[in-house]
Amino acid sequence: MESTSHAFKDNVHEALRDERLQRALGKMKVGFQGNRRRAIERLPEFEALRDEGRAIKDHVLEHLDFYLERFESRVVEAGGHVHWCRTAAEARETIARICRDAGARTVTKGKSMVAEEIAINDHLEREGFEPIETDLGEYIIQLRREPPSHIIAPAVHLSKEDVAEAFYAAHRDLDPERSLVEPTALISEARAMLRQKFQQADVGITGANFLIAETGSTVIVTNEGNGDLTQTLPRVHVVLASLEKVVPTLEDASTILRLLARSATGQEFSAYTTFSTGPRRPGDPDGPQEFHVVLLDNGRTAMLGTEFQEMLRCIRCGACMNHCPVYASVGGHAYGWVYPGPMGAVLTPSLIGVDAAGHLPNASTFCGRCESVCPMRIPLPKMMRHWREKEYAAGLTPATQRWGLGFWAWFARRPGLYHLGTRLAAGLLGRLGRRQGRLRRLPLAGGWTDWRDMPAPEGRTFQQLWAERRESARREDAR
Amino acid sequence: MSEARDRILGSIRTSLKRGPLDGERLAAAEDRLAAHRRNLMPSRARAAGEEGIELFVRMATEVAATVERLATPQDVPDAVAAYLAQHNLPAELRVAPDPELDAVPWERRPTLTVGRGRAEDRDATSVTGAVAGVAETGTLVMASGPAHPTTLNLMPDTHIVVLRTDRIVGSYEDAWDVLRARGALSRTVNFITGPSRTGDIEQTIQLGAHGPRRLHILLVDGGDGDGASA
Amino acid sequence: MADTPPAQPRVGLFVTCLVDIFRPTVGFAAVNLLEKAGCRVEVPRAQTCCGQPAYNLGDRADAADLAKRVIAAFEGFDYVVAPSGSCAGMIKEHYAELLKDDPDWGPRAHRLRHRTWELVSFLVDVMGMERVEAAYQGTVTYHDSCSGLRELGVREQPRRLLGTVGGLSLRELPDAEVCCGFGGTFCVKYPEISNRMVEDKAEKIEATGADMLLAGDMGCLLNMAGKLKRRGSRVQVRHVAEVLAGVAGEAAPIGEAAVRKG
Repeated sequence: MESTSHAFKDNVHEALRDERLQRALGKMKVGFQGNRRRAIERLPEFEALRDEGRAIKDHVLEHLDFYLERFESRVVEAGGHVHWCRTAAEARETIARICRDAGARTVTKGKSMVAEEIAINDHLEREGFEPIETDLGEYIIQLRREPPSHIIAPAVHLSKEDVAEAFYAAHRDLDPERSLVEPTALISEARAMLRQKFQQADVGITGANFLIAETGSTVIVTNEGNGDLTQTLPRVHVVLASLEKVVPTLEDASTILRLLARSATGQEFSAYTTFSTGPRRPGDPDGPQEFHVVLLDNGRTAMLGTEFQEMLRCIRCGACMNHCPVYASVGGHAYGWVYPGPMGAVLTPSLIGVDAAGHLPNASTFCGRCESVCPMRIPLPKMMRHWREKEYAAGLTPATQRWGLGFWAWFARRPGLYHLGTRLAAGLLGRLGRRQGRLRRLPLAGGWTDWRDMPAPEGRTFQQLWAERRESARREDAR
Repeated sequence: MSEARDRILGSIRTSLKRGPLDGERLAAAEDRLAAHRRNLMPSRARAAGEEGIELFVRMATEVAATVERLATPQDVPDAVAAYLAQHNLPAELRVAPDPELDAVPWERRPTLTVGRGRAEDRDATSVTGAVAGVAETGTLVMASGPAHPTTLNLMPDTHIVVLRTDRIVGSYEDAWDVLRARGALSRTVNFITGPSRTGDIEQTIQLGAHGPRRLHILLVDGGDGDGASA
Repeated sequence: MADTPPAQPRVGLFVTCLVDIFRPTVGFAAVNLLEKAGCRVEVPRAQTCCGQPAYNLGDRADAADLAKRVIAAFEGFDYVVAPSGSCAGMIKEHYAELLKDDPDWGPRAHRLRHRTWELVSFLVDVMGMERVEAAYQGTVTYHDSCSGLRELGVREQPRRLLGTVGGLSLRELPDAEVCCGFGGTFCVKYPEISNRMVEDKAEKIEATGADMLLAGDMGCLLNMAGKLKRRGSRVQVRHVAEVLAGVAGEAAPIGEAAVRKG
């Protein structure tokens, strides 16, 4: 997917003025936050499970080669194939080749952020295949030819009117007078349209929430059942997954699954959590004949052993963005690429470079709410700060910020001059603002005063007053 | 391809500053896999016996499955017929070719048309068994195989599940123990918790997105073993 | 919980640059409260800035430099107390990481962190203060500053003490724990987003119907007061220390002019 992260500020500008988006974000925030809170209130062990989840993933990352090799052997034992891909391009070519070898025409897809990352749909279309998104949210945005705005609720930025517009425009064979006012009507229509596609599909591509080394199983977590239809009906099932998704055992997956749905949507468990191991067995009445796992690196192994390793614990629940005040203000598209919100702010520079994605880790107040809700205890603000450190070291920080900061630090290292300077500033601004107690405009501070008043300083600094107080106390004692 | 594999494994080892695992670390990792120890178990997941059944019923009902308790498998046909009538559904079933479901006296309700096998597009209602029910979240565990086509879980609008109460366990881990005892994992293991749903339209939950709109669980008492295991 | 403090502990007040420049009243209120709690308060003249702006910009060198100065100026005290969760958090939670590779300053940073406190949590959790002798007739709402809340666990302590202020009625602010949008340089780097966040906050504050907004961090207070005044709101804004010390009413609220007599 092409990134517009460099245009973050322009994206933000538009997003803040988009009333439909703002209404949708308001709903999203309340829904996800409240649901999560209710779910974790019902599970007293939730905090302890977060520690378990972190420990499991940290262990895996330290032994990632071992677990990937074991996973591969088990997949092969079960009759499947594993394809190792270093880059997005390799993964695209591999998947296209599998589709070609299968003589495929229609390819159904379950929701997969990695698939967005490698832009597989465009590639499949160019190669002559017809990829169909089957997750309702993904289907809607595919019709609108736009990217997802949230990693688990891809169409969260849309109103039902937006969806109806998209359906009227795309489902031309249906009666144009039909009513699509009710969400139930939209769901029924999507279900009917996609049912045909599910059955026509030659290849079904899903992502994977987990890869289980013990058994060679891949796991998808959905509510609609589309992922299951995608992976059961076609002749060929392709799983596309980034390699840090591996966990050791079924028990480890169970532990992390207790965290996932609760953190994501506030459900106790998703409607469909499905473990796939190889193709159909002899005697199975249904199921795919071929099973392929495409393991993607695309920058993950480069994060190992660095200060960004902890980001690889992410289980893509979306809790961070559900609780982020910046995401709640601007929505996912503003971030400009596949992964929005706090986890996107940390991961995107790793995957597409900090020069392209530099705004993302900078557009944060470090309020820390993301880290406080992350089921895997990922220190997101700390890693955003690391990106800022890298930018600073590489000279990418904007000049005004460097100089402003440098100027401040110069004074701060010299207490005498600092106290003099602060006295002057407090005195001047205090005098300017004395009449109303605030300044409506301040040269060089448009970033502040365009939007809010600047309260005036009291006029003398604390250090000044403290020194005077001590001086007069000394004179009192001397008397 | 194997070049990419080597490069990726090499990249991992370079990042972790070591060669392939060996010696004690390898042995420890192998042991961890082989032992597949349970991590922290929530107390809710330890529900057993009648308490476990009640928890299962409560959790499944919360997620809009419906549950009916039956005294014996002989009562299944009447319960199914009544359910279909109640919801104005055609008296036609696609039943899993499961020996336990074969033993159900379908002939008691001769107006029920019973087909067997995998789901066909026109099938409105399926009937399957389940390997286990997990009390902690009201979750059904299905394993694909000759006796259980996966499509029966997904394609029809209504899915009826016949579950013996002595197959209700407390936790997912208990369910994995049951599955491991059966041998290698099937192609598909479904953990199903309530009917299909989506929140993709303005965050309101709608049932029946792509999978079944209705999930009806017939909990049958009896079976040869004791009550539910912990 | 802290160990039992010495009788009459020596406290170094970390004034913070914003209190120093904008509102000395808060500094004096802090001294007042600390002395009432039985502390001897000193204000090292060598203090300037805790280094957080540099740290959050990615400028570790300047941040480390400033951190060393703070450590040197304060490590002789029994406690370091700041009327700010943000600056206390910087010293307590980040200095050790910043200086972790320095064999001399690393341990010194580590020692200092155990003695560094945000003001209200110091009064309650260390000095055991259970009530204040102050009165304020009116309704108050309280904003939880992010660093204080999430880095230092400051949440119950100000509410507990406010509960003992005679005549004061506390109305919980919906989304009290949501960031106000200040974030140091964030508010000028991404002013549009910051504005949206502070507008949301101001709406919620006004909707409580409270007379006064309190918080424990000058950055948040300047931001929220600036927005409230721009909106023509009558809500008065002060630092929580002012009310707890019983000096609310001595200085004009933040962003308002002193009422002229006569």
